[in-house]
Amino acid sequence: MTAVLEARGLGKRYRRRWALQDCTLEIPAGHVTGLVGPNGAGKTTLLSLAVGLLAPTAGTIEVCGGVPAGGAEQLAKVGFVAQDTPTYANLSIEDHLRLGAHLNPRWDRSIAQTRIERLGLDPTQRAGKLSGGQRAQLALTLGLAKRPELLILDEPVASLDPLARREFLQVLMEAVAEHDVSVLLSSHVVSDLERVCDHLVVLVDSEVRVEGEVESLLATHHRLTGPRRETDSLPADQHLVSASHTDRQSTLVVRTEAPILDPAWTVTRLGLEDLVLAYMEVPSADTRRNGDARKPALEVLR
Amino acid sequence: MTWLTWRQFRTQAATLYLAVAAVAVVVLVTGPRLHDLAKSGANLFDNLTKSDQALFFAGVILVAAAPAIIGAFWGAPLVARELEHGTHRLVWNQSVTRTRWLATKLGLTTLGAAAAVGLLTWAVTWWSSPLDGTLSQSRGNLPGRLTPVSFAMRGLVPVGYAVFAVVLGATLGIILRRSLPAMAITLAVFAFVQVAVPLWVRPHLIAPATVTLTFSEKALDSISGSPSGGPDRIELNTANHGDWILTNRTVNAAGQATALPAWLGDCLPGPRQPAPSTPTTQQAPDITACLDRLNAEGYRQRIVYQPVDRFWPLQFAETGLFLVMSGLLGGLCFWWTRKRLS
Repeated sequence: MTAVLEARGLGKRYRRRWALQDCTLEIPAGHVTGLVGPNGAGKTTLLSLAVGLLAPTAGTIEVCGGVPAGGAEQLAKVGFVAQDTPTYANLSIEDHLRLGAHLNPRWDRSIAQTRIERLGLDPTQRAGKLSGGQRAQLALTLGLAKRPELLILDEPVASLDPLARREFLQVLMEAVAEHDVSVLLSSHVVSDLERVCDHLVVLVDSEVRVEGEVESLLATHHRLTGPRRETDSLPADQHLVSASHTDRQSTLVVRTEAPILDPAWTVTRLGLEDLVLAYMEVPSADTRRNGDARKPALEVLR
Repeated sequence: MTWLTWRQFRTQAATLYLAVAAVAVVVLVTGPRLHDLAKSGANLFDNLTKSDQALFFAGVILVAAAPAIIGAFWGAPLVARELEHGTHRLVWNQSVTRTRWLATKLGLTTLGAAAAVGLLTWAVTWWSSPLDGTLSQSRGNLPGRLTPVSFAMRGLVPVGYAVFAVVLGATLGIILRRSLPAMAITLAVFAFVQVAVPLWVRPHLIAPATVTLTFSEKALDSISGSPSGGPDRIELNTANHGDWILTNRTVNAAGQATALPAWLGDCLPGPRQPAPSTPTTQQAPDITACLDRLNAEGYRQRIVYQPVDRFWPLQFAETGLFLVMSGLLGGLCFWWTRKRLS
């Protein structure tokens, strides 16, 4: 399987602070990959590195087989919808489409026009007068009509209301099915990603915590509930993700390929959101002692 | 990329070119009369109206201010506005490299500014050409085109200034990433350059000429006294009125700069004497005698100057200097955009 994005030891430092550190990652082609993590985890930094808006401080990154923003050809392969979906406020929708046509050799005029029509937007309207949702749709249209191999979206729905959010993701999914493009999108809202992604990367504290196909992630993660016990007594093939204890009970999230045989545990499957939350909890001594002191690292929206 | 630059730029371009057209109309309406007057052979200066003189200086101010304004309003926001609004993240992810993006944007804007200022200067230079350096028969004159008042507002130099101002604005905008501070600093830096160049740079673009003159009433420009009544300094004119005089010093027989002898004070209509109700014809012989005595004692006047016929060589040299500075700043723009902006 070819990778659309390959990072090795990738790191980015702003003055003294590392926004992303030692990130090694391979995102396969043909998937919709969700990049999830709390605010400030380094999602935007990783995506900016992938489109070449930032240059790495350490390590390497290759996107679609080339150095990000390495030249016009490389730029043509990668579409990007930046955070807050910037557009030129005093240019009309029509102007934006013309901009796309002038600046992209692979521009597909019919995609752009059909999409604007389907959205019911007036092409002469200025982008500054559009609602947040419409602006995001315009930015997505620009990204799609460019016919990239990989479309990267940075928190595309973060500033949208729930309805616009749903619409945007739906349009994105239709477009992906129609145009055969790999997608990498970030969000701090798991429920958004749950609907659209078949591949997931969890980024916490500027590090990749887990990545893989959603289905296999869900199949290999289990929540174990049972009488209180120490976590180091787990079998070797069970990798502990998180643990919380009350006086009498222990609740663990483990990752394992093998079936869980210990009859003391009640085994339940995890939803994607719980799975992500489990990885976001730093398995420190603190969280082990106070099982209910979960900090809401992740915004949960339904 | 050309299309996008034009689309973003057309309103400002239209505004500027309309303003230039308005100036051209004023020039065409008022200019021919001055050219006819100059040809008629009458003393031009004495026939000028107050509004002619006002227009003359308005032209100077206009050409001096135009590059600064264009630099601040076109150059500074050129990239800074994109950075402020985040639109650079949109445009840098089309299939056009940052370098080409900046080259087109900066190149077309600079060309537009240079052409506009070139047209403006051409009109103002034509309008002012009969007036530059005109002398009254009695008293008064207008500055010649080689003097600091007019030099950078005539001919080719303003085009160099315009290019420099736009690139300076763009560079500051890229480094500061904010339009407003970049505009303010562009104006400040450009104003400083406009003052610094005639003071310290222009006189040395071509090695100035030196001439040592004997004193004569014909060459005498002025004698001034110090408040105590003694003589302070004496200034002579060079043979050609349009020369740009840089220093005007009295030297002794050994060729060293020196103070004037004290006896020269008696030649001055100083505060010791009552106000000269007597006509100056009575004093004229006195002054001639004084100047002869200065010559006899070995005093000479040494004048360092740029001769009037160096107008065009100096114009080319200064334009070249500004284009080179613009080139260096432009290089910084590209480097900063590629390496430091994200």
